[in-house]
Formats: sequence, structure tokens, C-alpha cells
Amino acid sequence: MSKVVFETEDEEEVKVDKDWKPRILAFLCNWCSYAGADLAGVSRIQYPATVRVVRVPCTGRINPFFILKALTDGWDGVVVSGCHPGDCHYISGNLVARRRFALLNELLEFFGIEPGRVNFMWASAAEGERFAVLIEKATERVKKLGPNKRFLKKW
Amino acid sequence: MTETEKEIIVTGNEKPRIGVFVCHCGVNIAGVIPIEDLVEYAKTLPDVVFATEYKFMCSDVGQTLIKEKIQEQNLNRVIVAACSPRMHEPTFRLVLKEAGLNQFLFEMANIREHSSWVHMKDPEGAYEIAKDHIRLAVNKARELVPLEVQTVEVDPSCLIIGGGIAGMNAALDLATEGYKVYLVEKTPTIGGHMAQLDKTFPTMDCSACILTPRMVDVARNENIELLTYSEVTDVTGYIGNFEVTILKKPHYVDQEKCTGCGVCIDHCPVSVGNEFDLGLATRKAIYIPFPQAVPGQYTIDMDSCIRCGICASPDVCEPEAIVYDDEPEEIKVKVGTIIVATGWDLYDPTELKQYGYGRYPNVITGLQMERLLSSFGPLLGKPVRPSDLKEPHSIAFLQCVGSRNFREGGNKYCSRVCCMYATKQARQYKEKHPDAEIYIFYMDIRAFGKGYEEFYESAGRNYGINYVRGRIAEVREGEDHKIIIRSEDTLLQQPIELEVDMFVLSCGLEPRADADKITSLLRIQRSGDGFFMEAHPKLRPVDTLTEGIFVAGVAQGPKDIPDAVAQAKGAASSAAALMAKGEVEVEPFFAVVSPERCIGCGMCVENCAYGAVELVEDRRFGTIASINQALCKGCGACAGNCRCSAINIKGFTAEQIFEMITGRF
Repeated sequence: MSKVVFETEDEEEVKVDKDWKPRILAFLCNWCSYAGADLAGVSRIQYPATVRVVRVPCTGRINPFFILKALTDGWDGVVVSGCHPGDCHYISGNLVARRRFALLNELLEFFGIEPGRVNFMWASAAEGERFAVLIEKATERVKKLGPNKRFLKKW
Repeated sequence: MTETEKEIIVTGNEKPRIGVFVCHCGVNIAGVIPIEDLVEYAKTLPDVVFATEYKFMCSDVGQTLIKEKIQEQNLNRVIVAACSPRMHEPTFRLVLKEAGLNQFLFEMANIREHSSWVHMKDPEGAYEIAKDHIRLAVNKARELVPLEVQTVEVDPSCLIIGGGIAGMNAALDLATEGYKVYLVEKTPTIGGHMAQLDKTFPTMDCSACILTPRMVDVARNENIELLTYSEVTDVTGYIGNFEVTILKKPHYVDQEKCTGCGVCIDHCPVSVGNEFDLGLATRKAIYIPFPQAVPGQYTIDMDSCIRCGICASPDVCEPEAIVYDDEPEEIKVKVGTIIVATGWDLYDPTELKQYGYGRYPNVITGLQMERLLSSFGPLLGKPVRPSDLKEPHSIAFLQCVGSRNFREGGNKYCSRVCCMYATKQARQYKEKHPDAEIYIFYMDIRAFGKGYEEFYESAGRNYGINYVRGRIAEVREGEDHKIIIRSEDTLLQQPIELEVDMFVLSCGLEPRADADKITSLLRIQRSGDGFFMEAHPKLRPVDTLTEGIFVAGVAQGPKDIPDAVAQAKGAASSAAALMAKGEVEVEPFFAVVSPERCIGCGMCVENCAYGAVELVEDRRFGTIASINQALCKGCGACAGNCRCSAINIKGFTAEQIFEMITGRF
């Protein structure tokens, strides 16, 4: 099996198997992205088998703790997807979430979490194809970063 | 429910006894994922006391199986690993209810839409995802607690947006059933596009003869409040209780006083193109769109009016109805349900430059042809060429203009009506001009409706209309503004060149240009083609994803009149079903505050879009947030921001989500 070598900021060599499939946790809002993911299914659009889905009513529900917890708990990546700005089923929940995640991004950087591990995106209920493309992209980004090991204790 | 079975009381304190039911969904899941292995895997998960599989869990046999096992195994949490919860969650909740278990002790693992269907070429990956989804569901299930269903009242009134044939039929059905209907139409008259048509296929009955009596019925019905020349500007609230703001645009003519006598139009000096006749005729600045308009009162188009004051003189307007300083008026109504029937726009063929629309006078659209053919149109049903006002001897129609187009621009979908309307128009012209030469250039003829195929067959056989299979490559203008067409007859495999007097583009239907406004007002969705999206393409064709809002007519997708009416009646019946019951069950997913944790920072108050949170003084806990459950929609914007984790959302609690996150391996 061919091996690809990536370098991280720690100058530590991360050996990533080409066939390695990252485990990504996706928080999808019930009204847009979850329905969009369903549409991808109904349309039989194929995307990498990397995401596990947690359904939430709205991206506004997602407490930053959830994302931090997912990372400290060893998920290789996180995807957060909701309705397009302006189209929120709950008027402004996704806008609240957008503000929150803009801050969270800075915090994550401060923590030393590689950009690309946490992916925020929008996909409507009609955008099954877009959902699949976004998942593909997120998978690529996480794949490049390799397994999430920043929270693992080295003995 | 077969019989009253024993009730299982769950308090949340007893040890979870989880049952996992894995569905094959025929081969949809089982064809990709080894179901047996999945069941064995489920059995290894903590607290899972029972796991099994069945071909179709949602079938009667499957449902009975779940019921039996709940009783037999004393299950207090149930997981079905099958399709999307958006599909069958309500079905299985009912099963729990019938088995005597609280319906919210249920969780679905989506192993079809999110696994077997999207990872068909990667069965191993699909299996891994399915395993994880089951584990996540089991983890969440452990934390589930019983919840009480909430009911909200449904106001017995309906807002219908759009007064075309779909909106009118829905309004009449609901009004007849005794519900109050607010019918909002943005133009000065109801009737919609159907009013512009001359005859309707395949029965060739006159459109106005079937439409105008309905328009009068709508206006006359006591239960229908007709709000023409009005637009919906704001919608708040939720199923059963929508608060709607409607802007009534100023008519500049007192609608109470105007008798519709029409003397003013004889005196008005300003002539502009009539939208109703698609610019083929003129109207005055004071106008009604067409003579049979309902209501029949006049409107001044202030963009064209020069304020000469002639119409306002008492010699002209005897009832003194002209009001130049008329103001827009805003009204607020409360309705229980909403039906969206906003209709369509015609595809504008200007961008397809090769067909010469807008450049050559004798190239017109199908809808313009309809007005030319119309017995109450500008030419009283005797079509002429726009260039010289002579009757055309030869006419060519081109199908699929702006439809079924994957290359040139326009829309990818089939507009469903153009094959038939072109055939109808061709037949109409041939009826009066048997010597005329008519050519219809097509890709395929789609004559799918009742009586359509017979209609099409007869057009070729009995009327001598020439159907030519082939796209048109080039259109140019010849002598005397004739149109020269170059094409290929793909059946004869021969190039052809043809000179015709008139060229009609059978343009397709498009979503309304302002459909976006409606989506954000009502928070409903549009599908990829731009039309409003139904909740389920087969099982919920008139519902939108927002509860209490329905869709009818071409607003949902291209359709002919019978289909639009059928859907309107469906939407009316779905809305009536809600209102007849008078109340509806809503998911009890509300925010709850833990007062001992809340520090009263007030972030939640700011984030709540519904004004459901306020800060109150509590004797024991000091300043704390308090949720008004009647206003709360359970979105969780408050809980997502709570730094003290003092707010939780029932059904999506932090504990449940943390369990899903942490129980990874």
C-alpha cells in the first residue's frame, strides 16, 4: 500500500495511508442541510463514506462546546452545515450561528487546531449535489491534515 | 390500535432497555450493507437488549413486529435503522404510542439516504457509516426522556397568495367548507394566466367561458376576502397562528365609488402597452386589465399618468371616484394556514439570439400567439403578422424554447404544456385557414395527459399539420420580413430550408422572478429548478417543509390546467384537514432553563428571534431567563450561546448530543 507523507506544523511526520478514511462528525440542521443530504441520497449522488450525521434543529443550536468536544474526543474533522443566510427556518438562527462560529474559528486557531478540521458551510434542501461536493472537499481537507492527534497524550 | 395494551411507564431513571430494528428496505439497504452483521453489531452495544431485522419495517408486518417486541422484551427505548427520519419518524412514533410507550423514546438511524444510497460503490464504507449511525442513535436513546405532545390551536382561516386558476379553486373549496379565506393577488384582477388564453387543450373549450364564472364566484363568496393589487409584506408566527401583513397598493380610484362604467378611458390621453396583451395592444393610464376583470373597478397606473386631471372632472367621472393622493394601506390578518399559488413567468427568449426574437418583427412567443388567436384579444381572433398586419399563410412553431435545454441556457426541465399548446394553436389556425401551411419543429412530442395523444394524432391526420423532428439551426429574415428557417429533419435525415410568414416560439414556464421574496417571507424552500419545493415528491406533494404552508399550481412546478386545479384542490383539502380539527400536535421540543445554572446574562434574550425569552427576578435564583413556551419554536439559538449551559432544548439536549459525540468507538 502506498504511503503519503504530510508534515504538520509540529514538524512531526504524519504518515497517512492513502486509503485512510477520516471520521468526520457532521452537524446538520433539520430543515436545510439534513434535507439536502437526504436529497443527495434520493438522487444517488455518491460521496466519500466519511461523515456521521448528528441532526440538530438549527445551526443556532450548536454550542461551540459540541465542536470542541468532538475534536478532543478524537473525531478527525467536524462539519457544520445549515440553511443559507437569510433562509433560516427560524428567521435568524443561522446568522447567530455564523457570528458564533466566526469567533470560534479564532479560538480554534489559538488552540492550535489546524484550519480545515472544522468546516462551516451552507446547503439548502434542494442542494443535494452541492452537499455532496462540500463533503468531498471537507474530506479532502481533513485527509490532508491526517488523523486528529493534537489531543492525544504521548506516552 | 388493535386493543388496549399494557402501558409502559418510563420515568427516565430505570435502566435503558434498547431495541434496535434494522430495515432492509427491500434491496435499497440490504443490497449494499450486510444486514445480519449490522444486527449482530447492534447487539454488542451497551444497553441493547434486543436487535432484529425485517424486509420492510414500515409495513404492517414490520410495525406489528416492533409492537410485539416492545411488549415482549419490555423495551423502553426503540431504534429503527432505516430511511430518513424526515420520511418515517411519525410512522414509528405512532407504533410506540400504540404499544403503550411514550412516542419520544424513539430514535431513527438513517442508514439509507445517508449511507447505502450515497456509498453504493463503497459497501465497506457504507457498512462503517451504518454501524456508526446505529451507535450514535443508541447513545442518544440512552438519554431520551418521555415528553408530552403539545397542541396548538389552528385558526379557521387561510391566506392564499396568487389569484390564478389554482389560487381561485383553492379559495372556493375552502370558502365552501366555511373557512375564512384571504385571497391576495398582486395585479388588479384575479384570473391569472388562464385569463390570457383563448381555448384550452384538448377539449377546445373557451378558457374565458370556464374561468370568468369562477372569478365572479370568488368575488361573490362571503367567506372570501378578495385583496387584489395587494402584496404580502410580512409573515410571522407558525402553523395555526400566522400573522400576515398585507400591503394594499393605491388604486388612485376609490374602489367603493367606482362603478366600472369606463367613461374615463375614453378621455384619458395616455396610451401605453397593455401587459395583459403582452404589448400587442394598448391601454390607457387609467385601466382595467381586460373587460371581464374581477373586480371591475379601475386603477390608475401612476408611472404613466401625467396627472392632467381630465378623468377627475365630474363630467367624466360622475361618482367622483378619482383620488390622486391615494395612499397605500397596510392591513394585518391572522390565519391558520397558507397556500402559495403564485404561478409562473413566461421564459423570455431574447437571450436565445439565434431565434431572432426581439430582432425580427414576425417572431413571437406562444403566449403572444394565444392573444392573437383570442376572440377577445386585440385582433378578435384573427391573427396577423406584426410586420404588415396581413394574415400569415405559413406559420412555423419551434418547441422547447427555454425548456429541456442543457446547452444553450434556459431551463433543463420540460415545461409540460408547450407541445399541447402549439398543437392547439396550430389546429385553431387551420380550422379557420384550411389552406395555411403549419410546421411544428419538435424534439419529442409529449402528449401525456388524458385525451392529449388523441388530440395530437388528430392534428397531424385530420388537420394536415406538419410535424418536423429537428432543432432549428438558423433563423434569418428574408424579403418582406419573411422568416427563413434552416433545420434538419432528423427522421428523413435531410437538411431543410423553409420560408414562413410567421415564426412562433413555444416558450416554457419559469418560476416567478420574485419567487425569492416568497421563500424568505414564508421560509419555504425552492428546488433546483427554482420552483417551490414540496415536502415529499410523492407522498406530500402539496405540503412545504414549513408546517401549515401548502403549495399549489405552477408555483410548485410546470403543469397544465387540470393538474394545477387538482393540486389546488389537494392543497385546499390539506389545509382544511388542519383547520377542521382545530388543533394540531407540534413536537414538544422547547427550550427549558435550569435556574440554578443561569446567571442572567441575557445573551439568550438577544438571540431569540421570537421574543420568547425574558429575564425575570426569582426569589431563590435571582435574575434568570424565563422561556415563554407558547412563543418558543425550539430552534436552540439561546442554548447554543449559553455559556453556562443553563438552557437545554428538549429532544436535542446537550446530554444527548454529547453522548452522540463521545461514544465514538
